[in-house]
Amino acid sequence: MIKLMYNLVIYLNMTKKLKTDSKKIIVELNGVVKHFGEIVALDGVSAQIREGEFFSLLGPSGCGKTTLLRLIAGFEQPTKGNITIDGFQMDGVEANERPTNMVFQSYAIFPHLNVEENVGYGLKRLNLGKDETARRVDEMLNLVDLDNYNKRPAHALSGGQRQRVALARSLIMKPKVLLLDEPLSSLDKNLREQMQVELRHLQRSVGITFIFVTHDQEEALTMSDRTAVMFEGQIVQIATPQEIYSRPKSKRVASFIGVMNFIEGQLLKDGDQNTTVDAGILGNVKVNPDQMPIPLNSGPVTIGIRPEMLTLLIEDQDRTEFEIGGVILEGAYFGDMTNYTVQVKGLKSPLTISMRNTAGRRVLEDGESARVGWGADSLVILNKS
Amino acid sequence: MKSNKNTLKVFAYSYLIFLYAPVLLLPIFAFNDSTIISFPLNSFTFKWFAGLTQETYLQESLKNSLFVAISTSILSTCLGILASRASSRYEFFGKKSILSFLILPLFLPEIIIGVALLVVLMQLGLPLSLWTVILGHTLVCTPFSIAILNSAFANMDMSLEEASLDLGETRFGTFKRVIFPMVSPGLIASLLIGFTISLDEFIIAFFLTGTETTLPVYIWGQLRFPAKLPGVMALGFLMLLLSLILLLLVEFFRRRMNRTTDDQVNVQFGNLFKHDKKT
Amino acid sequence: MDRVKNWFSSDSSRGLTLIGLPFGFSLLLLAAPMLLIFFLGFWTQDYLVLDRSFSLDNYIEAWTEPMYRDLMLRSLGISAAVTLATVMLAYPMAYFISFHGGNRKALWLFLVTIPFWTSYLLRVFLWKVILGYNGVLNSALDWLGVIEEPLTFILYNANAVIITLTHAWAPFAILPIYVALEKIDRSYLEAATDLGDGPLKSFLRITLPLSMTGVVGAALIIFIPTIGDYVTPKLVGGKDGLMIANMIQVQFMKANNAPLGASLAVSAMGIVSIISLVFLALNRRWLRKRGS
Repeated sequence: MIKLMYNLVIYLNMTKKLKTDSKKIIVELNGVVKHFGEIVALDGVSAQIREGEFFSLLGPSGCGKTTLLRLIAGFEQPTKGNITIDGFQMDGVEANERPTNMVFQSYAIFPHLNVEENVGYGLKRLNLGKDETARRVDEMLNLVDLDNYNKRPAHALSGGQRQRVALARSLIMKPKVLLLDEPLSSLDKNLREQMQVELRHLQRSVGITFIFVTHDQEEALTMSDRTAVMFEGQIVQIATPQEIYSRPKSKRVASFIGVMNFIEGQLLKDGDQNTTVDAGILGNVKVNPDQMPIPLNSGPVTIGIRPEMLTLLIEDQDRTEFEIGGVILEGAYFGDMTNYTVQVKGLKSPLTISMRNTAGRRVLEDGESARVGWGADSLVILNKS
Repeated sequence: MKSNKNTLKVFAYSYLIFLYAPVLLLPIFAFNDSTIISFPLNSFTFKWFAGLTQETYLQESLKNSLFVAISTSILSTCLGILASRASSRYEFFGKKSILSFLILPLFLPEIIIGVALLVVLMQLGLPLSLWTVILGHTLVCTPFSIAILNSAFANMDMSLEEASLDLGETRFGTFKRVIFPMVSPGLIASLLIGFTISLDEFIIAFFLTGTETTLPVYIWGQLRFPAKLPGVMALGFLMLLLSLILLLLVEFFRRRMNRTTDDQVNVQFGNLFKHDKKT
Repeated sequence: MDRVKNWFSSDSSRGLTLIGLPFGFSLLLLAAPMLLIFFLGFWTQDYLVLDRSFSLDNYIEAWTEPMYRDLMLRSLGISAAVTLATVMLAYPMAYFISFHGGNRKALWLFLVTIPFWTSYLLRVFLWKVILGYNGVLNSALDWLGVIEEPLTFILYNANAVIITLTHAWAPFAILPIYVALEKIDRSYLEAATDLGDGPLKSFLRITLPLSMTGVVGAALIIFIPTIGDYVTPKLVGGKDGLMIANMIQVQFMKANNAPLGASLAVSAMGIVSIISLVFLALNRRWLRKRGS
């Protein structure tokens, strides 16, 4: 029944001139809860995903991201809450009736069928006729760069090729939303990086909303328009990669994404305009409201600084807004950059400082004394817990 | 060390001769022109084979056996499909106990099964016929079906089913287009095994057969008549050939089943005797 | 109402529905007859009249009559002998294939199973032919001049039954032992050698304990059904090699004393089960003592 209504709406939409409204919400999650017996996999998840977005769900294993994806796909039903896709409630709607398609982590290529049979699998029910089906299959294979692979049997495909067949098979169905469950995790590093770029381009060119699950924060940041960071069945932050990186909402998010230095401090609010933070040995620093991702009251806070926001003042004439003295404990050389561990007097833990190895820049020795420089806007203020 | 290996080798070959000893007699005496089964041999002859075509009772029994074997294989495979699918795909109350109970016939002596069924049938007043034999055989063959099909279903990745649903296919369509083709080599292996076991089964047939006998029961009857023995030899030889061909077919399909699901080639029968289920 | 609807599409209900048919079939054809047999032992039958009142007479007779007792003991003895002989012969064969089979392991296994694709009946009968007074073995030995008189101790007694069954069960022992041996990681043996064990020692301390599951499996596969074998004792056992199954069949057919037959059957299965459980328990303790 719902499928009939849905097809009707699509037909009507096609006869109207479509306004590309980039703000249109395509998937809405409302207080989604999922229990598996005693286990709480999702503990009240709400989000709005926009049409045409490359949206990723990022989190450690067990955080519920795959469960959430499967709920959107329709392989499970939520225990509480609801999911809306393209304005339609998905309550009780089976997976085979939803306008979504999924690329599985194992790709799930049907082993007894060849490439064109796999890619054309979902078209069979539409009864398009042999010619039209073949035409669409060829079009898709061209899109994923697998031209002339039609008759190749499934077991003769490499990992990367399988992934592209899985993509083609899903995209040919013209879904409203494409769901991808860690599709790159089984590929080797080089292939993975190549596919990250390709997937991004693909998404841009077809304009379909992608919801992408991964545990690799680099991957999420590279590819997404927005990312939802999940821990233990909840979404903790939804934001653009830049925002998540530079303005993480909590210590946990901050340490999950990249490396961060943490310093204990005190927040001192003077009315609504002036906010200073007492950063201990680093002194009192005036901060802007946007440096606090969540509103905090005066009291103990944690201050975060990314390693690349700190710098080592090597030459005598180097200056920054603030500086403090320290000793190099260790330097790890990575070719394009060096990560220094620096002990600063008055701070319990050493700081990690990341310096680009520009031409002519000296690499500092272990035990050397150094000056650590930083700017006020490089701080982010986080909740103490 | 080397001498150990050599003694072991000698043992292995001797043991192999021991295993083949009775079976080799079949071709030897099936073609031997003598009514007595002993050495020295006489001349070569085909007459015992020719004689088989005259035995109408033999042909009747053969037909009955084929009917029983085919029915048994189909029935036990069907039951096996249901049980394996349930076992590999779903969790439910009492699963372990139910499955243990289903494979129990493997561990019971056939005479107990035969006698027990006989008693029940007599109490119920049901007449003995080929159908009662089919029931008994199905009981005994279903555990084998379950063993074979369990590994076929278990090898099937659930995400393949989900992928099919995700692409818009119905549950029945998914079964038809994905599940069935992938387990079909296992299905065929199960059919062949059921057929082979039923064809050769004597005790249960002996107890549960009515006026129409199966081939093994016929052979049993023949064993009292020394004159019939060479004919029995000829028959046995033919049955050996048939079994060999069936066995090769089973192996062929089992390998195809494993290749389709990207698995290693397992040992023949090894699956049937594995007590723990490997994930 | 929703919860009921949910249950109907849940995994649990789907699973139970599927397994319902085979389980029901088994209940009907296995559980019910087994129960009937069990109860039958407690009834009595006088010619054709079945008396359903509870009575221990048949069980008492089964356990106290010397004839049945001797038969039972002989059956147990033969089963034990067959199990022992089969396993002891099968183990070196399985070992040979697993450790010295090289590329041709599958071929060896295939060769080992071919003889057993002949009818069981025929194979037993062929042993009768081999072991007989004028049989193949005697006539061959006579023809070769090895013996003057035919050997008589090899047919129509328990020996013949043991020889025949040791042959018949061979692949059922070889295969489980082979599977267990294959599972042993060869690097364990290399480690043992590296630590100073000779080939015999490393076999006793590593290979044998680790392959015990296969040996135990083989032993049970052979021991339990052998008790109930009918064909072999009937064809080659003569008078002294008959086993309990033959008596059970007689009671059910000619003697028209189904309850006695039932009590004999249940007693036999009971004894076999107890022995198997004891065997398993002992084995587990032996393995634990060896620290594996």
